[in-house]
Amino acid sequence: MRTVFGILPDALAYGMVLFTISIGLSIMMGLMRVVNLAHGAFAMIGGYLASFALVSLGVSYPVAILIAVIGAVIISVPFEFLLYRRIYRKSDELTQILLTIGITFFIVGVANYIFGPTSKPIPLPELLKGPFDLGVRMIPTHRLFVIGCGVVTAVALWLLIEKTEFGVRLRAAVDNGDMAEALGIRTQIVYSATFALAVGLAAFGGVVGAELLPVEPFYALRYMVTFLVVVSVGGAGSVSGALAASLLLGLADTTGKYLAPEFGEFFFYVAVIVIVYIFPHGLFGRAH
Amino acid sequence: MGWGLRSVYALAAVSLIATGARADTIKVGVIGTMSGPYALFGKNYKMGIDAWVAEHGNKVAGHTVEFVYRDEVSPNPAQSKALAQELIVKEKVQYLAGLYFTPNAMAVAPLLQEAKVPMVVMNAATSSITEKSPYIVRTSFTMFQNTVPAAKVAKQKGATKVAIAVSDYGPGIDAETAFKKTFEAEGGKVVEAVRMPLSTTDFGPIMQRIKNSGADMIFTFLPAGPPTLGFVKAYIDNGLKAGGVKLMSTGDVVTEPDLPNIGEAGLGILSTYHYAVSHDSPENKAFLALLQKGGAKLDEVTMTSVAAYDGARLIYKMIEATSGKSDPDKAIAAVKGMKWVSPRGEVSIDPETRHITQNVYLREVEKVDGKLINRELETFKAQPDWGLAKQ
Repeated sequence: MRTVFGILPDALAYGMVLFTISIGLSIMMGLMRVVNLAHGAFAMIGGYLASFALVSLGVSYPVAILIAVIGAVIISVPFEFLLYRRIYRKSDELTQILLTIGITFFIVGVANYIFGPTSKPIPLPELLKGPFDLGVRMIPTHRLFVIGCGVVTAVALWLLIEKTEFGVRLRAAVDNGDMAEALGIRTQIVYSATFALAVGLAAFGGVVGAELLPVEPFYALRYMVTFLVVVSVGGAGSVSGALAASLLLGLADTTGKYLAPEFGEFFFYVAVIVIVYIFPHGLFGRAH
Repeated sequence: MGWGLRSVYALAAVSLIATGARADTIKVGVIGTMSGPYALFGKNYKMGIDAWVAEHGNKVAGHTVEFVYRDEVSPNPAQSKALAQELIVKEKVQYLAGLYFTPNAMAVAPLLQEAKVPMVVMNAATSSITEKSPYIVRTSFTMFQNTVPAAKVAKQKGATKVAIAVSDYGPGIDAETAFKKTFEAEGGKVVEAVRMPLSTTDFGPIMQRIKNSGADMIFTFLPAGPPTLGFVKAYIDNGLKAGGVKLMSTGDVVTEPDLPNIGEAGLGILSTYHYAVSHDSPENKAFLALLQKGGAKLDEVTMTSVAAYDGARLIYKMIEATSGKSDPDKAIAAVKGMKWVSPRGEVSIDPETRHITQNVYLREVEKVDGKLINRELETFKAQPDWGLAKQ
């Protein structure tokens, strides 16, 4: 029992970090059909901005998160306007992959040049520092905050996509763009707004998850595979799928690290293989 | 071919040979982590070498010494070997130096004998490295050297059940072996031994495991760099510190540039190491002043700057002993048994192991004048490499 309580809170926290960052990618891949390999790069930009705001500008933690999210979205505008616009929906996947991996290398290079090659701290506010006593064990307070962030993100996104006018327009634009256009939905705006949403979520995840996935120049490349795996296991475009996948993989990874740390990420990938074997389209994915 | 043309060729050949003989620049190839997450330590190589050159000039025995830097980035043996080959073949270096990671140093070792190039290891800390070639000397430290005193201190401080957590590669396994052997010989018990992959960023699960093992002290080693901060934070944030579990480590885990990030929660962490920036001696003061004069920031100084400074000293000595000619046997013989006072205290090169014998200090993280430092509490004099020394 002690072992179970030892593992579960950490697994939940790690799963929520995976979810918060990956859900933006899941939306891009599932709803807009863009394989955005630069997603991790946008999460990294968020982390860098937050670190810069906290360390050099001395703002408070919530303000730093805002700066990170809004800043990342602003930085992504030229990319969206000049590049991404050309590859929404219609383009073939190879073009998308080449373009977005190029963007990733570009961002990695720029980040390395501006901020230097060392990892960047994101100092936590007093409130989130230190241990919190759950009764059965102590847990870093920050992990409770991360779990909370994941839950709020999941609920908000589900409401946005399933229950709002915007969600209806988005799904219409995706399912049949020409028809949606004919009905007066301005699909280009819907796409741009969704792209901004995905980037903002990535940046948000990059900041709150920085304790588990530290911000450094190779972040974008190092964790990209993990984010892609979450999307493919969960089924692209499904909020509940991404959530289930994140939690499952978080559990597999954390359990592995607890019981046999010397195996590294072995158990994470075993879980991936098993799930994808049983559900070829992901847990909640649809066959295309 | 006409007579005229032939004489031109002959003349050209003669002049080529002549320039060959007059070549009076001796190149030293330095392989270090100049970029990437470990860049601070490569920068310290350069700071240390620059300090030595600033103090002693770049001329030795009438020859100009030039340091050529290459970037090893991460533990990547194949790449480091290629870099060393390139330095030897293309740059024609007469000496190699640096090497942050053990696997990288191991990969370069087989080249030395063939190319007749001595190498000064300035960080990589697995004991067996100097056994891989008779042309290797080391001015840094080994895990055994720093860990044996750590295990003795652990026992002195009253620890009975210790959990060991080390990075899963050469030096980590050395540290684990050294601690376990010494601590058990002193009558203590090791209740848990975790080997963490080098890529680990989340130490929460490992802390839970250690906690459940009922240990009263953790001994850890991770290579100095970003993950050490994560480890110390996880130790504090998972309530182990509050729960009375002590943390004992080699100094890699509490390098000075990381201390501000660890913050006050790190107060009281014990470590054993061969160099602290706060080391109180006239030699260290002069060394730090030299570094600062060269534009280095005091907050960025780490142990690799001292290893590089002393490494440059050995290279100068070797060039002097061979009058600038390539004679690795003579060069290595010249530094065996060499003794001097380093910024870290009195040191010497063990003629048997070609590894540096030096003091190891027990330190505690303390706050002095608003700044966190590793204050030296106790000195273990003239420690050999316990991994190679005949005990």
